[in-house]
Amino acid sequence: MLPAPSRVVDQIVQNRALLWANTIPTVKATCAGFALSLSVSFGLSVALDFMPRLRRALFPIFVVSQTLPLVAIAPLVVLWFGFDLTPKILIVALVTFFPMLVALVDGYEATDREIEDLMRSMGASRLQVFRSARLPSAMPYFFAGLRISITYAVVAAIFAEYVGARAGLGIVILNAKNSFRPDLVLAAVVISSLLTLCLFGCTALLQRVVLGWRDVEGHR
Amino acid sequence: MSFLEMENVSVTLGDTAVLEKISMRVEEGEFVSILGPSGAGKSTLFRLLTGGLPLQGGRISFGGEPLAARKNGFAFMPQRDALMPWRRIIDNLTLGLEVQGTRRREARAKVMPLLADFGLEGFADHYPAQLSGGMRQRAALLRTVVLGRPMQLLDEPFGALDALTRIQMQRWFEARWQKARWTSLLVTHDIREAVALSDRIYVLSPRPARVIAEFAVPIPRPRLVEAPGAQAHAIESELLETLLQQTREHP
Repeated sequence: MLPAPSRVVDQIVQNRALLWANTIPTVKATCAGFALSLSVSFGLSVALDFMPRLRRALFPIFVVSQTLPLVAIAPLVVLWFGFDLTPKILIVALVTFFPMLVALVDGYEATDREIEDLMRSMGASRLQVFRSARLPSAMPYFFAGLRISITYAVVAAIFAEYVGARAGLGIVILNAKNSFRPDLVLAAVVISSLLTLCLFGCTALLQRVVLGWRDVEGHR
Repeated sequence: MSFLEMENVSVTLGDTAVLEKISMRVEEGEFVSILGPSGAGKSTLFRLLTGGLPLQGGRISFGGEPLAARKNGFAFMPQRDALMPWRRIIDNLTLGLEVQGTRRREARAKVMPLLADFGLEGFADHYPAQLSGGMRQRAALLRTVVLGRPMQLLDEPFGALDALTRIQMQRWFEARWQKARWTSLLVTHDIREAVALSDRIYVLSPRPARVIAEFAVPIPRPRLVEAPGAQAHAIESELLETLLQQTREHP
C-alpha cells in the first residue's frame, strides 16, 4: 500500500506539469491569506495595545475563533464565498492570525519599564514610545509567532482546497485519493512540504535582517 | 530663590505613604545627593520631578516657576543603562533629540563630537551588547547630557557596575563634572559615592521618607584622585551612624 520513495519521486517528475499548475493556486491562496492575517493581526495588536479595555473585551472572542473545528467551518466558508480564492484566503487567515496576535501583544508588554520611563522623561508621546520602544521590543516575540503561523499556512490552504476548489494541491490530493493513487497523493504532499520549508526559510531570512542586532557578539 | 525647591512634598501610593513632607533645594551648578535605605521612595521622588506622578501635596518650583509650568527641565539617567539593544550606540545617543523632533542627521552631528570625551570614540556603530558595563554607563550618561536640559537626575547610575568599574566611573565622572558643572541630583545608597561626588547630602528615613539630616561636604575637588582623607572619613562615619540609627528605630 505504501509506495517506495523512488516511486513518489518518479511521480513528481512524470506529473510535473500537473503539479506545477496546481501549486500556483495554492501558493496564491497561502500568500494572500498570510498577508491578510499579518495585516489584521498587526492592526489588531496596535489597537489592543492602545486600548487595554478593548483587549479584555475582544481577546476571549479571538480565543473562541481558535476553538472552531476547521472541518465544520471550512465548508461553510466555501458555501458563503464560492469556489474562488476568497474562502481559501479567509481560512488561511483564520488559522494563522492568532499566534502572531498573541506574540505581538505579549511582546509589547515585555518592553523594559526603564526604557519606557526614560522615553517619557524625554517628553515622548504615547505614539513615540510605541514606535521606538514597544514595537522593536516585540519583534523577537513576533518572529516566534510568525514561524509558528507560517507552518500552518500551507496546510490550511490545502485543507480549504480539499473542501472545495477548482484547482490546487488540495484538489490533486483529493483526486488522487479518489482514484486510489497513493503515490500521487504523496507526490503532492512532498510539494506542499517543500512549499512550507520555502516559506519558513523566507521568515528566517527576514528575521536575520530585522533582528540583526541579536547576532552580534554578546547576545547568546 | 534656589534652582529647584521642594516644600512639604508628600506622596501616597495606594494606602502607603511614600514621601512625607519632603523639603529640599538644589542651587544652580550644585551637586546634591539623596541618601537613604533601599525602598525609601527615592525613585518616587524622581518620577514626581519627571512628570511620571502628579504632585499630591506640597509645592515644587523649578527655575523660579512652579514645576508644572516647566516642561523638559530634567534629563533623567536610570538605574540600569536602559540602552535599547536593537539600536546602535549612536542611535541610542540621539534618541532624546529625535523624540524632541531633531532630524536624525542633525542629531548625529551634534552627538559625534562628544563621543571622544565620553570614551566612546570608534564605538558609534556598535550595539550596546558589544560594550563593557562602564562604557554602557558612559553612553547612558552622554544620552542624558546631549539633551542639554538644565538639570540632571541620576538614579543610582553606578549601582549596577562591579566594584572596580564603579570606582573608575566615579573618578571619570568627577573629572567630567568639574568641567561641566551640571546641576545634578543623585539618588544613591552608597555613602562613599555620596560623599565623593556631592556638595550637599540629604539623608532620608525609611518609608514613609522624611528628610532626617542634611550634610554639607566642604571638601575641595578632585576628591577621588587620592584615597579619601580624614575629613571625608569623618563625614562618612557620621552619615553611616545617622542611617544605622534610623534602621535601628524601624527594624
